Amino acid sequence: MGEYQMQILVCGGYNCKNKQSSDIIDSLKLELEAVALDKKVKVVKSNCFGLCTHGPVVKILPDGTVYTGVKTEDINDIINEHILKGRKVERLLFHDPVSGKTLTDEIELSPLKKQLRIVLRNCGIIDPENIEDAIARGAYMALGKVLTTMQPDEAIKIIKDSGLRGRGGGGFPTGVKWEIARKNTSDEKYVVCNADEGDPGAFMDRSVLEGDPHAVLEAMAICGYCIGASKGLVYIRAEYPLAVKRLKIAIDQAREYGLLGKDIMGTGFDFDIEIRYGAGAFVCGEETALIHSMEGLRGEPTVKPPYPAQSGFRGKPTNVNNVETFACVAPIILKGAEWFSSIGTAKSKGTKVFALAGKINNVGLIEVPMGTTLREVIFEIGGGIRGGKKFKAVQTGGPSGGCLTEKHLDTPIDFDNLTAAGSMMGSGGMIVMDEDDCMVAVAKFYLDFTVEESCGKCAPCRIGNKRLHELLEHITKGHGTRADLDRLRNMSVVIKDTALCGLGQTSPNPVLSTLDNFYDEYLAHVVDKKCPAGKCRDLMQYVIIKENCVGCTACARVCPVNAISGERKEPHYINPAICIKCGACMEKCKFDAIEIR
Amino acid sequence: MKKIKSFAELQKLRNDLITGRKESYNAEPLSGSVRVRVHMGTSGIASGAAEIYNFFKTELEKRNIQGHVIKTGDMGYCFAEPTIEVTLPGKEPVVFGNVDKFKADEIIEKYIKYGELVDGVIPVNYQTITI
Repeated sequence: MGEYQMQILVCGGYNCKNKQSSDIIDSLKLELEAVALDKKVKVVKSNCFGLCTHGPVVKILPDGTVYTGVKTEDINDIINEHILKGRKVERLLFHDPVSGKTLTDEIELSPLKKQLRIVLRNCGIIDPENIEDAIARGAYMALGKVLTTMQPDEAIKIIKDSGLRGRGGGGFPTGVKWEIARKNTSDEKYVVCNADEGDPGAFMDRSVLEGDPHAVLEAMAICGYCIGASKGLVYIRAEYPLAVKRLKIAIDQAREYGLLGKDIMGTGFDFDIEIRYGAGAFVCGEETALIHSMEGLRGEPTVKPPYPAQSGFRGKPTNVNNVETFACVAPIILKGAEWFSSIGTAKSKGTKVFALAGKINNVGLIEVPMGTTLREVIFEIGGGIRGGKKFKAVQTGGPSGGCLTEKHLDTPIDFDNLTAAGSMMGSGGMIVMDEDDCMVAVAKFYLDFTVEESCGKCAPCRIGNKRLHELLEHITKGHGTRADLDRLRNMSVVIKDTALCGLGQTSPNPVLSTLDNFYDEYLAHVVDKKCPAGKCRDLMQYVIIKENCVGCTACARVCPVNAISGERKEPHYINPAICIKCGACMEKCKFDAIEIR
Repeated sequence: MKKIKSFAELQKLRNDLITGRKESYNAEPLSGSVRVRVHMGTSGIASGAAEIYNFFKTELEKRNIQGHVIKTGDMGYCFAEPTIEVTLPGKEPVVFGNVDKFKADEIIEKYIKYGELVDGVIPVNYQTITI
């Protein structure tokens, strides 16, 4: 280690920071200097260790000892005992109350970590453009096992017993889906991978395809063997050029190695995969619309039944699964149904990948076992709200989901709990909002999206959503009345009951859930004509506080529409009729004399 | 590459890759050279990972360090992109976040040459499975 003989890593994650981990770093440095060890021992601030409930966490290298719950008072012990004498400080080690064992290093502590990577097992580890990397990590082993040792029904039974449910949003049991597709006889069947990820802020499928495309290809081949299909199609949006490129390379390499194509691994099983491109329409995530789009028709849904498992692509039985669902298949086959069903909650098994976005510190992808609470996801793994602001809501399930509030934070996340709370799992986008977000505007944003993305086939969705959007526009402009709120609710319920496909049936969810959870905010908009979060421009007014104004004229000079008048050294005045609410004056004012009302 | 004809052949290939009998990503740290994984999914590339990849490629050679630079997908640390993972021979991999050219230079000079960690370490905050 050069001049340094030891290094001390101190967690600088959100939770440890809250427990004064920065003080620990400072005093460590000071104390080391005091005993003239600052040239021998280096102190490094790290990101989150994932052991938030046991923080602050300190790790000592090269021996790898991890201390938990460290306080500034403990630093002397660490230096005197561990650094100088090489003896572990017993009382700071983690004592597991369940097993009674003392866990000393990161490998032993890893079961305490909130995240568990099954779907993302190879992401960031293998070179996605080199099939041998994937093979070394175990790709195609499950396919080999299924083809050489199992009958299709046995493999389907494993998937059924594992309790795997569709990760695209609906949560339909995957094994049951495969079984239905197997039972329908036909000369040709198809396996389709739905990689048309359309929720705003969601990018789980993209990352899997970019990081580990073989996981999906292998599972599609397994599915093909199970249901009796020899052809697979990946429906992917053309907006994902990198994912498309890596998928293409992966397919070519798998063919070259004989892991796709004719007579796979000498078992006589044929399976090949092609790519179909989507133009990025949200509705094409719905399986019947997706199939129509692949057939070259308009991406419009049709009434189910017939389900795709009966009559899908080109009228043949078709099994459609999402990218993440497929990525779960190989580990289940290799590790068994029992292993998978031991993870998660009673009715939702395994893990779920979430894309954290919005006003959260650690924006990114995480994978947690089902049953993890929203609080753990947002405040531990996600690192809390950006800028230390107050948490207001989290939007799950994209435009089809709803907003959950503080009272839902301790709900364990699974398919049924989220639905009961008025939202849904969806594909796994989580957008976090803080006190500065206006919930009416948020509902309007999602309606903007669904109005744009509605295919226009059925009236409730085409016309109803447009009207909902107009009402919300009306309210955010300050023209709303109490009657409008009732109208919003009634119309939402009617759209939900009458729309043709999943898009329309779920599109009013953002409105309903914000009405339920933030009714007072809607009331403030229609009764007081005020936006509590200060987001709706038409309801805001910039006002000069006379007592604070010294008459420096800085605001008047910066105002682009000359709405501010007043004599030098006299309090100024903003004319609301001219003001365009750009906020330039407020930014310029050095005396905090301008406020939003 | 000739086609894999049976499950046994696939298992043999995997074994050869793991044990280093056939050269693979895993073999590099075994053979005593440094392995640098640059996480290049869309979010990595958008934050400049391609530049960091090229930097490591050219600089390791220039500074006479035996090493392999590999492109991978993202690990999910979008808040700290570009991220890289460095594995020194016989050591656990270490992930660094917010790597720009200055940081990359610091990583080569301090961590790769002398094993001295630099700020921005992202510890393994998850459990994973191996199959």
